[in-house]
Amino acid sequence: MYDIKEIYQPSNLSETLNLMASNQDGIVISGGTDVLIRLRERKLKECKLISIHKLKELQGISYKDSLNDMIIYPGTCFEEIHSNTMVEKNCHCLWQAANEVGSPQIRTVATIGGNVCNGAVSADSAPSLLVLNAELELTMAHSKRSVPIREFFTGPGKTVLEKGKELLTAIKIPAVPEGSGSYYIKFGARNALEISTLGCAVFVTLNESKDVFEDFRIAFGVAAPTPIRCTQIEERVKGLPLTRETLKFIGNEVLKEVNPRDSWRASKQLRIQLIRELSQRAAEGAVRNAGGAIID
Amino acid sequence: MGIKSNVIRLDAVEKVTGAAKYTEDLIPANALVGKTLHSTIANGEVVAIDIEEALKVPGVVDIVTCFDVPNHKYATCGHPFSLDPSHADVKNKTILTSRVRYYGDEIAAVVAEDHLAAQKALEKIKVEYKVFEPVLTPEAAVESGNDLHSLSPRNELARMDFQITPDGKVDFYKGEFSTDPHIGGHKDLKGTKFYVPPQQHCHIENICCFAYISDRKIVIVTPNQATHTLRRNVAEAVGLPIGNIRIVKPYMGGGFGNKQDTYYEPLAAFLTMRLGGRCISFTMSREETFVNSRTRHAMDLWSAVSVNDKGRITKKGLRINSYSGAYGSNGHAITAYAVTNYFQLYPALEKQVGESATVYTTMPSAAAMRGYGIPQVDFAMECQMDDIAMEHGWDPVEFRRKNMMEKGFLDPFDRFHCASNGLEECLDKGCEMIDWKERRKAYDEFNKKSAGIKKGVGMALFAYKTGVYPIQLETASCRILLNEDGSVQVQVSATELGQGSDTVFAQMVSEVTTIPEDKVFVIGKQDTDTSPHDAGAYASRQTYVSGSAVKQTAEILRQKILNRAALLYNEDEEKLNLTYEHVVAADGTVLGSIADVALKIQYINDIKIDSEHITAESTYTMRNNAFSFGASFVDLEVDVSIGKIKINRVVAVHDSGTILNPQLASAQVHGGVAMGLGYALSEQMLFDGKTGKMLNDNLLDYKIPTSMDIPPIEVAFIETYEPTGPFGNKALGEPPLIPQAPAVRNAVLHATGVGINSLPLTSDHLIRAFSKAGLIE
Repeated sequence: MYDIKEIYQPSNLSETLNLMASNQDGIVISGGTDVLIRLRERKLKECKLISIHKLKELQGISYKDSLNDMIIYPGTCFEEIHSNTMVEKNCHCLWQAANEVGSPQIRTVATIGGNVCNGAVSADSAPSLLVLNAELELTMAHSKRSVPIREFFTGPGKTVLEKGKELLTAIKIPAVPEGSGSYYIKFGARNALEISTLGCAVFVTLNESKDVFEDFRIAFGVAAPTPIRCTQIEERVKGLPLTRETLKFIGNEVLKEVNPRDSWRASKQLRIQLIRELSQRAAEGAVRNAGGAIID
Repeated sequence: MGIKSNVIRLDAVEKVTGAAKYTEDLIPANALVGKTLHSTIANGEVVAIDIEEALKVPGVVDIVTCFDVPNHKYATCGHPFSLDPSHADVKNKTILTSRVRYYGDEIAAVVAEDHLAAQKALEKIKVEYKVFEPVLTPEAAVESGNDLHSLSPRNELARMDFQITPDGKVDFYKGEFSTDPHIGGHKDLKGTKFYVPPQQHCHIENICCFAYISDRKIVIVTPNQATHTLRRNVAEAVGLPIGNIRIVKPYMGGGFGNKQDTYYEPLAAFLTMRLGGRCISFTMSREETFVNSRTRHAMDLWSAVSVNDKGRITKKGLRINSYSGAYGSNGHAITAYAVTNYFQLYPALEKQVGESATVYTTMPSAAAMRGYGIPQVDFAMECQMDDIAMEHGWDPVEFRRKNMMEKGFLDPFDRFHCASNGLEECLDKGCEMIDWKERRKAYDEFNKKSAGIKKGVGMALFAYKTGVYPIQLETASCRILLNEDGSVQVQVSATELGQGSDTVFAQMVSEVTTIPEDKVFVIGKQDTDTSPHDAGAYASRQTYVSGSAVKQTAEILRQKILNRAALLYNEDEEKLNLTYEHVVAADGTVLGSIADVALKIQYINDIKIDSEHITAESTYTMRNNAFSFGASFVDLEVDVSIGKIKINRVVAVHDSGTILNPQLASAQVHGGVAMGLGYALSEQMLFDGKTGKMLNDNLLDYKIPTSMDIPPIEVAFIETYEPTGPFGNKALGEPPLIPQAPAVRNAVLHATGVGINSLPLTSDHLIRAFSKAGLIE
């Protein structure tokens, strides 16, 4: 049933990049949980697949210590991300998001690189990577560039990745300062096997006495045409106390920076209500994970 | 072991190990692949089809269009044949159609060597249409001025309107289609509006079949619930005598009523005839199964109830406008079931008026789905019971107690008496298990202090008829063949579709003959060439109607064994008995085993006694019906500001008469509750208003609950004895689904004070209602 013309299975990264350079109509496939669906839906026809599924150099998580960047290689599946204790400790929101993707079966094959590169507004990993200030390493046969994830998404299903030429080869997560914590909430109609109706990630750094937001970052999935960071509210929250009032302020004011759609999957009214509410809950979760508490 | 024991499913090991073969497992390797071309408009006519380019695709064997197929009109419904033409099912389907009646209607078919070639050819077929507007509600359909079926002016398939006199007489009249809240124009019957959406069965195994010609017959292998009816429908569609068609039903991966209908079997038969008997397979994708099989009827309901100060219902009125979809497979039967049920569970003292219409809409055809119209009406009825109780400050349980059907009730429509009724006990048991009064009080207190989270307990009842007598014939047959080792084969055509009927039939045979279940081989594969006739697996009739045939046949077999034993052992037949597979005399002397009798009578070479293969076969005509009852109690909490419901507990209490296999029965309830919670919370088929195309035709966007969404379910049975059932038993297959949606809705009402009158209770829906009620800023 699958309309596959050719499948290439390169054995290392440089071979992959060369194959991509000589087959610019090739489709890179890793876990296959998106590509095979597009094939089944006949959105891809007479397809040339370049499989990076077995490339060990694109898999795994590298972490030295809390002073250095963490590197997540794009071929790492969500199950592996969710079972990594360093991710759990330093990038809690991403650790949570990794456990919200699809089903257990999907999480053991679907990769974070695929999730990012497809550019879906509902991508579960995107809001977390946004608040973690992830840097994406994009590689071509003879060049390499680093793009902050905030500049990566350009539209629904659209990214700055040069399709057919460039490959995501590393996701760098900068070292996290002391007193930080993060939290992710995915909202779907069901408790599993869901596409996100709305996703919200918050990252905070608290002051030493743990009563003021020193740093505050917030990002959403499905709140605009691309996954977005809301930088205006972030600036306004810095220096505010850890109170219920501040949370309410976040919930209401963040609405100025989002632009959710009305669709048959969910109304704009629901998404706005979710943004208002989940931003507060995610912020509270992040504060908790940073060792603080919200005062009523 | 016999009845009332936890016999392990006969098919358990085969199914769990993957050894069980389903239709798609059986498609021969060299079978051709058939695929249909679906219309890309919802309403209109095919003016021309160009297949020239498609025929050039390598691997394409044949293409037929709507202009190439016979114009034999046939019914697709799984109802038994009616000798009375006025009660016959609507025959409005042809194998392919040039008159497009819904988005996805079947207008051409490709046969190719493989799936990809067939798919590529479909993409190259060019179609020219004359386009009409889609009509997606009964109201729009009636007013459209464009009839989908020439015999149904204003798209009204049928209607049934009546008034029941206080002495229980039904006066039928012909009403008019209406959306006025006043039922039948009565000023004192102003109804509240309810809406329930189309739901899909979502059986794991998609719709599929394959057909070939062998031994001068067209053989069709298909997971169908009513094989003898399907054989008739196929014969009519292709214009052949019934005897020329053979239907084989292997293991089935769930049906829930959907596989009662006729799908691609006539097309496959037609194509194999065209192609010299070669095997053609049709395997619908999930997307096709959503759109091209059947749905539960969506309904608009207006319900009016008046009560006196004693809490008794005095007047009731109900109008149902039912969405039948493009072909309306079951005609008006389901809507009629629904409108009459309203006057069965809670009859009113003085005045009762019912009006109902089934209207063609340009949507997938609605037909049978677990509960046959009753989940819809139960939602309206049970929501309103709680609303009235709340308005008057009455306890919802006590209000129901005063009004619900009692034993001895004479059904005004079907004229049979309720002969067993455990409703009171169901209420008592459910209240005890959920701790009704205390919990309601405790949650009232909790809710006074909590704004974000609200907690509630709600409940709902139902009454459900086991079979379909007297509206339709209830017939079932059984054949039992005794082997010379004392084991038996049992043949029935009431199909096993996951509900466990084969296992329960084995228990019945064991109960009567003492032969243990491990020696009772129920032939789970139906074959119309060899299986005895049965109307099929629908309603909740198998253990009741087919079970009566099994019991009767087992009794014949038992008597034959005793009779032949009397001959062999030179004893008086009247004084013999069967115990633990042995024939015993009146004084307790063991004369020989059933195996002895079977072996000796089979091989006896004697001048007086004839050899014989002991067999039994009989048909049972059920001339009765029985109400099953039950209650659901739901404990939940609502996260108000995000519109999310978390169900903590479901207590399901059922009166299904004698429980024949407690473990299987309990599993049946679990499945029904889960399906009912899907109906309550998340399941709905959505359509694009402009094109009529289904929007969520996949299991990501059509939300059936996952295991993570199903709360702990506690099951209890009130075992009454139903005198008309073979072992005191009555319906259980469908009922567990019925009361879940209103119980959930009533629990939300208790939690929040907001009563929502349309399903499903999605976050979107809740947020809107809570905002309107001022619970959210």
